[in-house]
Amino acid sequence: MSNLRWKVVTVIGVFVVFFAVGIYPLIAQRYGIQQPSWLIDKALKLGLDLKGGVHLVMRVQTEDALRLVTEQETERLREELKTKNVPFTRLEAPDPTHIRVEGVAPAQDATFRQIANEVSTNFERGSGANGTYTFTMRPNIQVNLRDEAVVQARQTIERRVNELGVTEPSIAQQGTNGDQILVQLPGVTDVERAKEIIRSTGLLELKIVEQGPAPTREALLVNNQVPDGMEVVPGASGSGTPADAGTVFYLVKKVAAVSGTDLRNARASVDENNQPAVSFTLSNEGGRKFGKVTGENVGRQLAIILDGRVQSAPRIESRIQNEGRITGSFTPDEVQNLSLILRSGALPATMTYLQERTIGPTLGADSIRSGVLASVVGLLLVVSFMLVYYRLSGVNAVIALVFNLVILLGLMAYVGAVMTLPGIAGFVLTMGIGVDSNVLIFERIKEELEAERGVRASINAGFGRVFWTLVDTHIAALISAAFLFQFGTGPIRGFAVTLSIGLLSNLFTSIFVSKTLFEMALANRKQVAALSI
Amino acid sequence: MHIFKHTNFDFLRWRWHAIALSWVIIIAGLIVIATKGIPKAVEFAGGTVVIEQFDQAVTVQQVREALDRNYPGGGQNTIVQAFGDPSAHMVMIRVPQVGSEADASLSQEAAKVEAALNKASLGTHHRESAEIVGATVGRELTSKGIWATVLSLVGILLYLAFRFQLSFGVGAVVATIHDLLITLAFLAFFRYDMSLNVIAAILTMTGFSTNDTIVIFDRIRENLRAMRRDSMYNVINVSVNQTLGRTVITSGTALLTALALFFFGGEVLHGFAFTMVVGIITGTYSSVFIAAAIVSLWRSDAPTRAAAHAHVMATAAPAPQQPQRKQKPQRKARAS
Repeated sequence: MSNLRWKVVTVIGVFVVFFAVGIYPLIAQRYGIQQPSWLIDKALKLGLDLKGGVHLVMRVQTEDALRLVTEQETERLREELKTKNVPFTRLEAPDPTHIRVEGVAPAQDATFRQIANEVSTNFERGSGANGTYTFTMRPNIQVNLRDEAVVQARQTIERRVNELGVTEPSIAQQGTNGDQILVQLPGVTDVERAKEIIRSTGLLELKIVEQGPAPTREALLVNNQVPDGMEVVPGASGSGTPADAGTVFYLVKKVAAVSGTDLRNARASVDENNQPAVSFTLSNEGGRKFGKVTGENVGRQLAIILDGRVQSAPRIESRIQNEGRITGSFTPDEVQNLSLILRSGALPATMTYLQERTIGPTLGADSIRSGVLASVVGLLLVVSFMLVYYRLSGVNAVIALVFNLVILLGLMAYVGAVMTLPGIAGFVLTMGIGVDSNVLIFERIKEELEAERGVRASINAGFGRVFWTLVDTHIAALISAAFLFQFGTGPIRGFAVTLSIGLLSNLFTSIFVSKTLFEMALANRKQVAALSI
Repeated sequence: MHIFKHTNFDFLRWRWHAIALSWVIIIAGLIVIATKGIPKAVEFAGGTVVIEQFDQAVTVQQVREALDRNYPGGGQNTIVQAFGDPSAHMVMIRVPQVGSEADASLSQEAAKVEAALNKASLGTHHRESAEIVGATVGRELTSKGIWATVLSLVGILLYLAFRFQLSFGVGAVVATIHDLLITLAFLAFFRYDMSLNVIAAILTMTGFSTNDTIVIFDRIRENLRAMRRDSMYNVINVSVNQTLGRTVITSGTALLTALALFFFGGEVLHGFAFTMVVGIITGTYSSVFIAAAIVSLWRSDAPTRAAAHAHVMATAAPAPQQPQRKQKPQRKARAS
């Protein structure tokens, strides 16, 4: 008897806990009842497809990260060859993973090899026929750089999304090469702004201007070539919107005086003409560098370059230690976005969009409404059938079913799983598939009763014999749910989670809860002649 | 209450008819797929879908004409449908084009569609929802979907081979593949878009359709021990008959909820619910006619006694029941 008491206590305990976590917050929310904050935190979360919001899949162009390293190495090699007086006719990086040197004098071959070894451990040197060498980036270095670029991009996007103030965003890496980033922003309606902020590279560089502005690129070339260690950067001339302003070109030093990584903070402000601008503060290290460069170049122009475009090129009036301002033709919104992007740091590579999905709040609400309707209809159908077909034992099955659904919602809320529209479908199917366990047990009990065995013995036999069948069917279903989880993202994952949790809680309710209910019903009777089944 | 009390159908007699019927449906489905293809939803095919909500009522015809006139390339290959509750004035427009993946212009086709609507002055409207998918995502998703289905079938085969015997595992998996092909055939007949939700339903179905099969196999295994003198043919027939009631009822309750989803679950879940309805029906049919038939064909020559090493049930069942258990199935077995 005390054995039964413990079972009943367990069943009621489980019910109360999961009801409190899963169902009570929903009811309280609906009717505006006050509830403690720790319960609100645990409330069942709705997916993007029910709440509305933006779902973006981006690819990190990891080639960019490789190209950056290859170009840096190329420049270092060039410097080193120059200082050691090794002549060559040509030195370039034809693609993101290769460096090519042509025309190294045979007499200097040994020196060249020595320099090349010192300069780069990241590259594999090819045999140099006729003084032409090809350096290839080592495969493991490539893999590392690509991985780093994706992780950095994800972290940068996380910072930007947090700055945007989105609640419960989800940012994850995915894709067969692991180079895709999935961003889910529930409740965001201004899609274009979100997209722009997430995607902007946000690479800020301050570089000393050697020459310019000039109306054409060609005007800045020496012997039709960009001088060594320099580069040509386009920019907008004068004021006005970028669309109608002509493009001008600046010849700048390739190496930046300071860059976005040296920033400590950036905020929206106005310039001396009351035009929107972004003010920034440099870190201690960045401030030292900036102070040195500006001190040495008083009277020259400093190009403020954002994502490869000169925003403005003010003259350096005096040594600047750690503050600066980016001016240009910005709208107030643009400076807000720009300061946000600069605060969160630059992306290590450019991003391209592969997929975007926006769900409006109306559509989400519609989905919830039809989902709830389908749930209610499904529940009524199943309950009516079980009551008609199994009579009093049907009540047992219905109680077990309700337990099953309560545990399902409670467990989902507890582990922080997200309810999606396919998840609701999983919830509805759980009702139909969940009672199957009861059906199997009841049919077995019927068989045992027909074999003219006692009611108690029949019930025990029914549960005992079906146990392993239930384990088998549930495991088979869980196997496919696991692959579904692996396959899907977002809504489909929500479905797989709902289905799996439903299967597990069903195993508990159909075996333990249902059996306990039978035992309770029979507990106070000495002789049981018949069972309503 | 009993819907099937002590039935005594000779299911296996109909196994060749059943197999023939299934082949007819599957081949018809394959022909439809080969000639007309499987319509793919935007997440697999790539393209642009926008759902526009208008302030006043517009007809699908008006929207289509606006696109024909103002959308670059005309309304060719575009799909225009009313969406959701008619009072919400929502129209779904799907075009196969997407903007370039290379820069920020992926959504430019959506903007072009909206520009075309603006030109036709159909009244104010706003973008309620959009789904824009580049080619890369579609490609990756297709291969992932196929792999997930194949691997989950292999997983189920391995589990059943471990729990039962190989012939049972193969029977269950062939039945599941059968369900998969029949469902695909019906999706092709009724021109449902192959979407993520439909794939989810197909995978769920592969897990669920083995349920009935497992119940029947469990009973065959149990009866093999009790009916040592009977032929495999008889054992299978008796087992299918004994479990017929629960097979029909369990599928029936699942079918009730799938139908609730189909009729009340809303537009987005339509394909999902349809797949589940077909899957549940064919899953039940195949458990009775295909899975059991395959075991009977595979094992027809093997003496039933050899099959009696099904040990898991024996150790799992409560010990005191054992002596009585042996008589019951024999009582129901047909005299042979």
